This record gives sequence, C-alpha cells and structure tokens, in this order.
Amino acid sequence: MSGHVSPKSTYYAIFGSLMVLTGLTVGASMVNLGSLNFPVAISIAIIKATLVILFFMHVKYSSRLTKMIVGVSFFFLAIMFGLTLTDYMSRGWYTSPRGSTGAGTQVGISVNSPSRTAVAPAKAADDQSTSPK
Amino acid sequence: MAVHADSHGHGHVHVHHPAHQHHFETMEQQAEAATLGMWLFLATEVMFFGGLLMAYLLYRVWYPQAWSEGSLELDIMLGGINTVVLIGSSLTMALAVRAAQTGQQRATVVFLILTMVLGLTFLVIKFFEYKHKFELHHVPGPNFQFEGPLAPQVEIFLSLYFALTGLHALHMIIGFGLMSVILWMAAKGRFSPQWYSPIELAGLYWHFVDIVWIFLFPLLYLVDRAHHFA
Repeated sequence: MSGHVSPKSTYYAIFGSLMVLTGLTVGASMVNLGSLNFPVAISIAIIKATLVILFFMHVKYSSRLTKMIVGVSFFFLAIMFGLTLTDYMSRGWYTSPRGSTGAGTQVGISVNSPSRTAVAPAKAADDQSTSPK
Repeated sequence: MAVHADSHGHGHVHVHHPAHQHHFETMEQQAEAATLGMWLFLATEVMFFGGLLMAYLLYRVWYPQAWSEGSLELDIMLGGINTVVLIGSSLTMALAVRAAQTGQQRATVVFLILTMVLGLTFLVIKFFEYKHKFELHHVPGPNFQFEGPLAPQVEIFLSLYFALTGLHALHMIIGFGLMSVILWMAAKGRFSPQWYSPIELAGLYWHFVDIVWIFLFPLLYLVDRAHHFA
C-alpha cells in the first residue's frame, strides 16, 4: 500500500488556514451585513470543509471513483436543499383567484392555524349542492 | 491466489502481506476498496445530518427573528473554543495517519492520544454548555421558560440546537470508542507503511465529524447575531 504521504508542513498550513477562516467567520458575524450575513457564513464554512476534505481526508490524492462518490454525496444534499427551498421560498408569489391550498399561507405552530381552514371556501365553490350556504 | 510478489517504491520485492485478502489483486486495490466503502458510508451520514439541517433551514425561513434571539442565547466563546479544539484534533488525527503511513509507531500512538484528549475536551465543554441550558430552563419540553412573545419559536430553535449538537456529540463519543480500538492496534504495532487502512478510515470518520461542526458553529452560534444589534 503506497498511498500519498503529505509533508507535515501541508497539514500545519491547512490548520493555520482553518484557524484564520474561523476568526474571519466570527468577525463577520459581529458586523451587520444585512441579508449577506448568512451567505458569508456559509461560504466560509464551505471553504473550510473543502480544505478538510481535500487535504486532511486525502481526497485530492484519491482515485477518480472516490472523488465522484464525494461529489455525488454533496450533490444529492444540494438537490434536497434546492428543491425543498424552491417550494417553500416561492410560496405566496402567486395565489389563484379561487385560492390555492397552502400558497401564500404560513404553517403556524397551533393546530387551528388559518392555513388549515383556508382550504374550505375553495372546496365549497366547487360543489354548490353540498355547500352549507 | 498463491504467493504474490509485489514491488513498491524502494525497488525491493516482498511476498504476500498477511493483511492482504485473497479476493483483491493488490494491496493498493484493497486499500482503494476500503476507502471507497468508507466514503459511501460517509455519504449516508451527509444525508443523515442533511435532514436535520433541512429542518433548520425551513424554520429559519419562517422564523428569522426567533433564530436571531435564539443564537444570542448560545455562548460564542465556548463555541469558538470548541471549534479550535476540534480542528486541532483533526490536525493531530491527520498527523497520526501520516505517522502510520511512514511507519513511526511511537508518533502514531502519541498523536492518537492527543486526538482523544482533544475530543474529550470538546465533550467536556459541550457538557457544561448543556448544563447551563438546563439551569436556565432553556431545554425544550414542559419546563421550558423563555421571556418574550417569540418563546414558542425560540423553543423550536433550541430543539434543533439540541438535536444537531446532540447527534454530533453522539458521533464524537462513537469516534472516541473507535479511537480507543485504533490506539490499541497502533500500540500493538499492527500498522505498517504497507497496511494502515483502519487508521486511515477512522481518520476519515473523525474529519467528517469535524466538518459537521464546521457547519454547526456558524449556523447555530453566529448567524443572525449581528441583526439583533441593528
């Protein structure tokens, strides 16, 4: 077994970079950047994770098959986050005249939240004969 | 497969290594298969933590103010120290694997012990953070107490805090057990430059747990903190 042996200096340099980035993310959190605080924090975390994966976990020197598995695992995570957030973050952008279930409404904590009762009028309009009116 | 000659690096030829299993052509292929298998396991771990992070993201979209108030309740100092401790343990882990790769048994043992000490330090600090939360009644459940109209939403934030950090701490405890076995193997002189897969794979696990914390620290302790002072 003749895996790649990184020089010690590489590990110390990566550790140093991770410390600097940790300081940077703490510092950035103290400054109000508005809606940019979240993307900045996440970007720094992604850079740190990439350094750990490439050098501490030796993925830089791994086979292409291993690299693909690593890439795919984060790709599937991105699919889960991406597709779920496109749903939730676009709610309320469009509501049909007859009212669409859930659209534009927030799911509350309480059981009798408005989002549950909001469905009823749309149903009633569909079928006049069974309508209580 | 019968006795198998394998030349590597230094030009000398040696016979079948005792750790070489017959269904692999070479030691390289065996190590490659082990690493690939470990990464497949880590891919499932990514999705495991990913589910909880998805819940975190959704509730953050719904209750941004509660997230800001909730993260102020966490101690940025203790969280920061723990980040340094855990990244430090990743460094000693990487050096332990390197020592095994280069056949330095004593250094392997020393770096493994350092890794375990740092891992334990992390868990002790985490314990005191949890203890403080219990004293303040900030633990979600029937005894939860929080001032202000956002209390039920802050309770959701703290539920996710305990779920995410609790699951992470469980991984640290499992990692500590794993390291005990690896330390025992290293002390027995089981690893050589020809065969060190167990310590390499344990290292991958340890670094993965470190990466989880690299995301948890900003998401729970830091993000939205500044908005409170706006």
